[in-house]
Amino acid sequence: MPQHTFIVNGEQVSVDVPDDVRLLWVLRDLLGIHGPKYGCGLEVCRACTSHINGKAFNPCAVPVGDVAPTDEITTIEGLAATVGADLHPMQQAWLDLDVAQCGYCQPGQIMTAVAKVRQIHAEGREITDADLDEIRNICRCGTYVRIREAIKTAAAQM
Amino acid sequence: MKDDGTSRRRFLGYLIAAPTLVAAADLAVAAHPEAAGAAVPSAPEPADLFDLGDLLVLASMPTSNKIAIQINTDSTASFALPRAEVGQGISTATAMIIAEELDLAVENVHITLADARPELVFNQLTGGSNSIRSIYTPVRHAAATARQRLVNTAAKNWKVSPGTCTTSNGVVNGPSGQHASYGSLAVQAAASQTTTLPATLKPTSKFDVIGKAQSRLDAHDIVTGRKTFVMDMDVPNALPTMVCRPPTINGTVKSVANLATVQAMPGITDVAIVSTGVAVRGATFGQCIDAVDALNVTWGPGTEDSKSDADVLAELRKAEIPLLVPKLGLGTKTIDGDFVFYFRSNSPLETNAAIADVRADSAEIWSPLKSPIVAQETIALKLGLGIDKVKVHVISSGGSFGRHLFFDAALEAAEISKAMGKPVKLMWHRTDDFRHGRTHPMATNRVRASYNANNVFSFEQRHTSVSTDFTHGLGEILSAMAAKLPEGNLGFSESIFELTQTTPYNFGITTQLLNEVDLGFHTGSMRNIYSPDVRTAQELMIDQLALRMGRDPYQFRHTFLKSARSRAVLDKVAQVGNWGRAMAPGTAQGIAFHTEYKGVCACLVEIDCTPATVNRPIADGVTGPRVTKAVFAVDVGLPINPRGLEAQMQGGIMDGIAQTLTSSLHFKNGIPLEGSWDNYYYTRQWNVPTDVQVIVMPATSQSPGGAGEFGVAASMAAVACAYARATGTMPTVFPINHLDPLGFTPIPLVPPLPQSPTDGLANAF
Repeated sequence: MPQHTFIVNGEQVSVDVPDDVRLLWVLRDLLGIHGPKYGCGLEVCRACTSHINGKAFNPCAVPVGDVAPTDEITTIEGLAATVGADLHPMQQAWLDLDVAQCGYCQPGQIMTAVAKVRQIHAEGREITDADLDEIRNICRCGTYVRIREAIKTAAAQM
Repeated sequence: MKDDGTSRRRFLGYLIAAPTLVAAADLAVAAHPEAAGAAVPSAPEPADLFDLGDLLVLASMPTSNKIAIQINTDSTASFALPRAEVGQGISTATAMIIAEELDLAVENVHITLADARPELVFNQLTGGSNSIRSIYTPVRHAAATARQRLVNTAAKNWKVSPGTCTTSNGVVNGPSGQHASYGSLAVQAAASQTTTLPATLKPTSKFDVIGKAQSRLDAHDIVTGRKTFVMDMDVPNALPTMVCRPPTINGTVKSVANLATVQAMPGITDVAIVSTGVAVRGATFGQCIDAVDALNVTWGPGTEDSKSDADVLAELRKAEIPLLVPKLGLGTKTIDGDFVFYFRSNSPLETNAAIADVRADSAEIWSPLKSPIVAQETIALKLGLGIDKVKVHVISSGGSFGRHLFFDAALEAAEISKAMGKPVKLMWHRTDDFRHGRTHPMATNRVRASYNANNVFSFEQRHTSVSTDFTHGLGEILSAMAAKLPEGNLGFSESIFELTQTTPYNFGITTQLLNEVDLGFHTGSMRNIYSPDVRTAQELMIDQLALRMGRDPYQFRHTFLKSARSRAVLDKVAQVGNWGRAMAPGTAQGIAFHTEYKGVCACLVEIDCTPATVNRPIADGVTGPRVTKAVFAVDVGLPINPRGLEAQMQGGIMDGIAQTLTSSLHFKNGIPLEGSWDNYYYTRQWNVPTDVQVIVMPATSQSPGGAGEFGVAASMAAVACAYARATGTMPTVFPINHLDPLGFTPIPLVPPLPQSPTDGLANAF
């Protein structure tokens, strides 16, 4: 069976698994990294959103064979370390506004939000309601209002 | 004595023999204060599962029907909540209630979810927005008893009267400046045998935790990815497991042509035919998906293989109960309304999931369960084991919305584990969760009102629904009250309908009747059960009556609402939402009221139905009209945690928007076409109002009402009323887009599961 090596949350990992198994299952079922959640496996609900080399992506839609040894995967568990703090400003905003209800979608929401703010800031502008409207992550508890507030709050700290 | 909130109410608490202090109260005390401790249920019992003898054995246990709070040596308190946390914040609210009564910091109260406790009989069911209502008093009793015991213990040590001691922040304070932490007293205060202890409740006027905003206690775990859901649990050798399901509801396996071939696929360890399909177990869920799709199964027929939406509607029409025009005087007119509410999915984001480890003589189950006792009994029967041999753990769930009233995944996992002889970690695929999961039943609702220039003389309502499956069992309160209903062979659905549905206006003769058609679909109630549909029909007709009687919709409601408390929330949203302000063409305000769960609430929304908004381009989604603003006022009697209450109302508003504008299942040949969140249009960010204000009204009662489902009905109705006013056409089909051309290409039924995409890297941003 092919061996795959890449970096997750700053640590190099190796797994023996067929090329076509999606990265989400490699993370969850083989590496025991449970922050990225399964909500559809169809790149729709975005509950598994994580970062690859700093960009948001859905590991449910990436065959592990497509991940290179130098690729750096960051899941919610490794987000705070990317800013060298106990919590990323986005996580802190989530706490300050008490965003979560059941919490199942929130790791994916936070990872999406961080990438979205970085993207907007890279364009040299502040985040708008139109930008927030583009976020596709499902929250079936309906925490959308607080999510929007938290992203605006954290964006000011990023 | 009437409780005005200033007196200390006396009661008798319990001390349970344990190594550290454990204080307890009867869980039944809230429902039947006059008969606390009476454990024999008055409702029909599934005697084949659990007979009176079993009950009496359990009732003789010292913990029977009691909930207990433990004081730990580190000055924290622990409590196993006999309810399911599904995201609605009941764990945090319960910690607040304990902290209040014990004089302890909220952070020092540890809440876990209790395993199935069959001795609680009907008192371990999470539903009907009843959790805090039902546990508020017993939890206070247990906490107050613990506090009293700590005070008595310290007072004895100090040789002073307990009445001279006070408590604050986890410490007992003596009259001469003595201090003893709860932890230092926990062992000494422990009871050597179970006994009673007189104690008093803190007067509500002295509350300083209850009623103040508190953030969720699991928030930090959530934002760091540490919160553990059942699929995140590490049970030894419980490998990923999925089920290949039929192309129709309840189809059964006739034969499998390639079972051995599939069993030899990469990563796959086991394949087994079970009652719901063919189960596969393997190293990863991805490999299970491949195996499911590779199976060559010949299927037998299901229970509703030919019915589509139109057929179901025709069945409902045949079952409708006539409306009756009362005999009234000259000058009286009547108005009729007729509404259709299509099927909706109550699927949460976490799909059906359970871990099961079934051995020859025992079984252990982990799953999000709102009816764990019924689950335990049913699984025991299915496995042929005694109830005491089946351990059922309740795991915090990733949403519920009615779905986890049922234990479909737990039962299925148990069957699969037994068939394979190995532990299994069963997860449903998203597509199955929509297609084979439970659906809120389709219904029609007809209204007839009679009125003249000044008054409404009658308001009749007939709800005709595909039957709602309530076989998850009874909550104690519901069963007790149902038994008191007038004579007649009322079914359980009718009892629920009778106990929850009201007409909150002074409209003379009001009648509300339910009739059901029993079809072969998997149904279950969704958040707020009948109320969103029934109340939306009512509130739309109220706008029609106001129009015909020449009255403003807000003023009309204000005039006819039955109570001052009701008018207060209506007035609040009208004032904060600036009711009646000038609105541009194609936009409008809508206002609606709802009462349930001992509370009242009102919602005002503004909607934009202009073509520029309706036709906004969004890839793989629906836009349609957008609610741009929502103002919601809620009075639940005594609000425990205003921050959590606000969150529940916000969620209810999102549900209300979805149910009026976008969300439904389309059934074709007995199965929904929807198979992903880009097909089932729950509210997304592009549908969310940019201005949402929730106003928590000051306490109007000494006890809390329900909150979890309370926000849906008024929101759905307000959105519908706003849409009618913006477009000049009252909607009669819900959601309003249901009969539009399908906005997506259905995922095929064969193979059973869609493959995951492979373009994730190309879409990174």
